[in-house]
Order: sequence, then structure tokens, then C-alpha cells
Amino acid sequence: MSGPDAAVDAAAPTADAPAPAAPSGVLPGVPRSGGPLVDEIAFPDRAHYVELVRGYRDAGFELCADLCVVDYLSHPGRSLPEGVGAERFEVVVNLVSLSEKRRVRVRVQVPESEPVLASLIDVYPGVDAMEREGFDLLGVRFEGHPDLTRILMPEDWEGHPLRKDYGVGRVPVQFKQAPGPR
Amino acid sequence: MTSGTEQGGGPGAGDVFVNAGTREVPRIAETSEGAQEMDLRPATDPAELRREVGAVLRLPEGTVLNTGDIDIERRDDETMIINMGPQHPSTHGVLRLMLELDGETVLRTKPVIGYLHTGMEKQGEELTYVQGSTNVTRMDYLSPLNNELVFSLATEALLGVEVPPRAVWIRMLMSELQRVSSHLMWMATNGMDLGSTSMMIYGFREREMVLAFFEKTTGLRMNNNYIRPGGVAADLPDGWQDDVEVICETVLARSFEYDELLTGQPIFRDRTEGVGNITAEEALALSVTGPILRSTGVPWDLRRAMPYLAYDELDFDVIVGTYGDNFDRYSIRLNEIRESIRIIRQVAERMPPGDYRLQDAKVTPPPRARIDESMEALIHHFKVFTEGFKVPEGEVYVAIESPRGELGCYLVSDGSSKPYRLHIRGPSFVNLQAIPLLLRGGLVADAVAIISSVDPVMGEVDR
Repeated sequence: MSGPDAAVDAAAPTADAPAPAAPSGVLPGVPRSGGPLVDEIAFPDRAHYVELVRGYRDAGFELCADLCVVDYLSHPGRSLPEGVGAERFEVVVNLVSLSEKRRVRVRVQVPESEPVLASLIDVYPGVDAMEREGFDLLGVRFEGHPDLTRILMPEDWEGHPLRKDYGVGRVPVQFKQAPGPR
Repeated sequence: MTSGTEQGGGPGAGDVFVNAGTREVPRIAETSEGAQEMDLRPATDPAELRREVGAVLRLPEGTVLNTGDIDIERRDDETMIINMGPQHPSTHGVLRLMLELDGETVLRTKPVIGYLHTGMEKQGEELTYVQGSTNVTRMDYLSPLNNELVFSLATEALLGVEVPPRAVWIRMLMSELQRVSSHLMWMATNGMDLGSTSMMIYGFREREMVLAFFEKTTGLRMNNNYIRPGGVAADLPDGWQDDVEVICETVLARSFEYDELLTGQPIFRDRTEGVGNITAEEALALSVTGPILRSTGVPWDLRRAMPYLAYDELDFDVIVGTYGDNFDRYSIRLNEIRESIRIIRQVAERMPPGDYRLQDAKVTPPPRARIDESMEALIHHFKVFTEGFKVPEGEVYVAIESPRGELGCYLVSDGSSKPYRLHIRGPSFVNLQAIPLLLRGGLVADAVAIISSVDPVMGEVDR
């Protein structure tokens, strides 16, 4: 779809997108027949991520529709634009401009050795629950989030279930205060 | 999955923790940060306390609230923290709210969720695209067809296929009927929460008509698995126009009865007007969509703003409110029932003939009759249901307007027949963030009315 064939145009980001510094490309949105637009996709690095998203907000993207984390452990060879090094985790942020009726997707790579990313909470307070979900299910820490606790799993749960190396069916059902086997 | 190779060692006693000990790089994000509950004031960090008292997470500077200005000085013996839910009947499932009260006034609120978490996104990675719609349909159990729709649209976008026009219009018909049934259900439960028991009975009665039509068409009242990648599962039954027209006529006529029953009723108005206010800036900052966002006057409806299916060919209005209170949300939903009926009538009139699903043996199973006469059809049938179809590598985000707001599906494919990652952006999950703000400074008795007006479906919140 959008990824492999679209031309990478890192040097000339679209008009209202802020010029992202350093190695990040912006794949322009292209219309697709009989369906929604293929969204514009930006690939900032971790250092410029918040800055880029803030730039988008100031450019009129009022709503942060979604934030989710993908674990690419068993699919490392995905297609990314040139200059973007594939890492294990990817945080995907979907922004909406209500005035322009446009979407943009920000995909930022987060390495396995240091699964930490700056929180967007100062830019979009609505990412609160979404970042907590990303931490809970995939174990990416969002630095600067004021209340980064588990949201769907119990507090004492070990591991992050949506990670690809999470042992499905190998973790015993955890009931607090359940009497142990005698 | 690489769990086997990564784990190392046999399944011994120390193997409970995923990968613990076998990795060279220690996982820093292995354990939880702490409690999900709300703490007493002395035990809460001042910054966190300000955030909770303000109930808004640092809105953009200058818009609404500066958390530094929030007065958190208060003697502890004046307040108490009570627990509402997860078994409270008015929480529409298993929502748990921790409320800090000063007398009857709500100071802080914290929703605690996860009681219905069943790992549906994880399960979605284990099911093929053919089976996937049976999984997603169970998320928002009050509008299952919309969940199937967004999953199917995302899959089709990755496949790069276009479904036949009749399938598109059948999908619109079912999606709007679902919106009617979902809003009727909301009218019913909202009436129940506000003490209008007759409304509950009426809402369920009318919803049952819609569900009976679903049963006739799809075979099931709920969790239909009717909208599938490639089209819909079956054509509309004979005489569907009459059934639909009866539903439209009855529900439309009765919507005016509800109007009379509720809108003019002083108790209902007192309990809804000016209760649970939210502004457009706050709603947008908190990523709130759907009737709550529209109640603040923002005409944001994906059917109109970013049309999917064939909504751009239809004539309907986007209902908006003014004050962003409970009453606006009530009237938006009531009027959306009428708008949906308008859409349903147009769809029924203009329903195109033709195939109800894609006739591509690689995506949809061949018709039953062909299996008896064609070996190839049998093979294709077998292939579709055993290993499914392969979807080209890529990622896509598709969003539709569910009765509760923007329902999004982020789908990543690695080229196999199962989604690599399936993420559903549940509108209820995000809208729940507005509850602390809506409840702040109100009475605890209004909490029930406000939770109801947010219309959370816990199956979708917890997924």
C-alpha cells in the first residue's frame, strides 16, 4: 500500500508540516480510489518526536485520535523509508485536523534496549490512557507521563502481554491471595 | 511467534516470568509502576494531586486550566474516598470509579478499568483475517456490526480490493440500523439511571425490533459476524424493505413519544441541563469524539467529514449541541436516531442490485452450489477457511463513526494470513478520560447521570 512504493521525500516535507530535523522522512498522503486517503506518514527519530508532534498540533491538528505501540520482533524486515532504522518497537500516533479534514500518522522507532519515549501529554492530554495502555501491554515507558501505571492488566502482573515474545498459554492465571497447592 | 526460541530452557519453576534471566539486557519495563487506584491526599504527589483535582491533564497552555493554580490545600478529615463499582448497576458494566467526596461534592475522580480485559488484540493476532471479525465484533457489544465494519474496511484497504456497490449499501443499512439500536439502548439505560423506568422498557422494546431484523438477516441478534472482509456474509432476506420500513416508521413515531416523555419532564431536565459540562477545547484536548464532542458544538462526524462507504451520496444532518451538557448529549442521540432513519430510508430506496460480496475466490469463499460441481471451488473454499487469505505487507489506519465516536482500526500485516498487529481505537476507552472532568465539582448523585451520558461500553474499553 503506502509504504514500499510511495516516494520518500525527506528533503521537502509538505507545506504545513513542520520541517523535521535530522533523519526523518515524511511520506505524503495519496488519494486512493474508493476509500479514505492514505494518510501522510512522518518518521521522526526519538529526539525530534515531541517537537514534530507539537509542530503538527500548531499547524492545526487539533485531535490526537490514537496512540498505539507495535512490537516488530518477529517482523523486522518491514519497509521503512531510507534513513529510518528499524527498531523493535514502534509508537504510532494518529493525528486529525478537523479544519482540514486530514489525518497524519507519526511513526517513531523505539529500540528494545531502551524502550523509553517522551510522553506527548503536554501536547495532547488525551494520550493519557493510550500511553498507559502502551506501557501496560507493550512495556514502552513514556517519560514525563504523570501516572504511568498499568491500565488493563492487574498491577502485579508480570510482563507485557502484547509483546511478541510473551509466552501465550505459559503464564499461570494469577489470582491474588489464591491458596497455593498443598 | 518466536516465543520458543527466545525463552530458552525448559518450562521449569523459574520460567513463569517471561524471558526473565535469560536476557543479557535487563528489561527495565518489566514491572508495574504502582497502584492504579486513587490515593489519599497525604499519599499523593502534589503534582499528581493538582492534576486529579483539576481533572484535566495539563490542557494546552492558556486554554482552560493552569494546574499550578489549582488549590489543593484541604484538611484530610473533610474528604473521603469512596468506591463506585465495578459492580455498581449504573456503571454499565464493570467500570470502577474512585471518587473523593467533600460531603456530596465530587472533588477528584479516577476511573479504574480492566475488569473485562480479555486480550482481544492479542487474540486478533492469532486468528486469520477470515476469523478476525468474530473477534472484533465482541468488543463493542452494543454495536457489533460497526466493529466488523471497521475491521473489514481496514483489511480491504490492505488488500487493495473494492467491494461491490450492493455490499457497500448493505453495510450502510446495517450500520445505521445498528446506530438506531445502540442509541435506543442508550435511551433505555439512561432513562433507567435517571429513574424513568418506562423509558427503559420502551427503549428495549424498540431495540428488539431492530435485533429481530438482524436475526433474520444475519442469523444472530448480536455479535453477528455479518460484515466480513470482501463484503457481507449473506444477502438481505426477501421482504427486507417491508421490515426496514416498519422499523423506520415505528421508531420514528415513537421517538416523538420519547421526546414528549423526557424532554418536557421537569425532573429529567433538572437532572440533565447544566450537568456535566465540557467545552470544545477540553473535549478536543482529551481526544473525546462522538456525541460528547458534538454536544460542544463541534460538527465532527466522520460520516460527513471523512466519508467512508457511500455516505457522501446521502442526505443527512450532523446534529450538534451548544452547551456540552447531559441534555445536549441526550438530544443529540435522540435526533441521531431520526437522522439514521432518514439515511436508512434513502439506502432502502437506492439499494443497488448485484453481488453482496466480492467474487474473488482468494478472498471470499465460493457459493455453496459451486462446491458440488467444481473441484477448484472446493479447494478455494477449503483454503479460505483453513489458512485464510494472505494480505500484502503494510499498515493502515481506518476510522468510522460508531455510535460512540471515532472507532479506529490500526492493522499491520506482515504478508501472512493473520494480522501482525490489530489495534482497535475504542471510542469508549478514550471518552472515559472525560469522566473526571465532567464529574468535578458536581454532586455524587449526578455521577450516575454523567456516566450514563458518556455511554461507555466496557467491552470496548477493556477489549
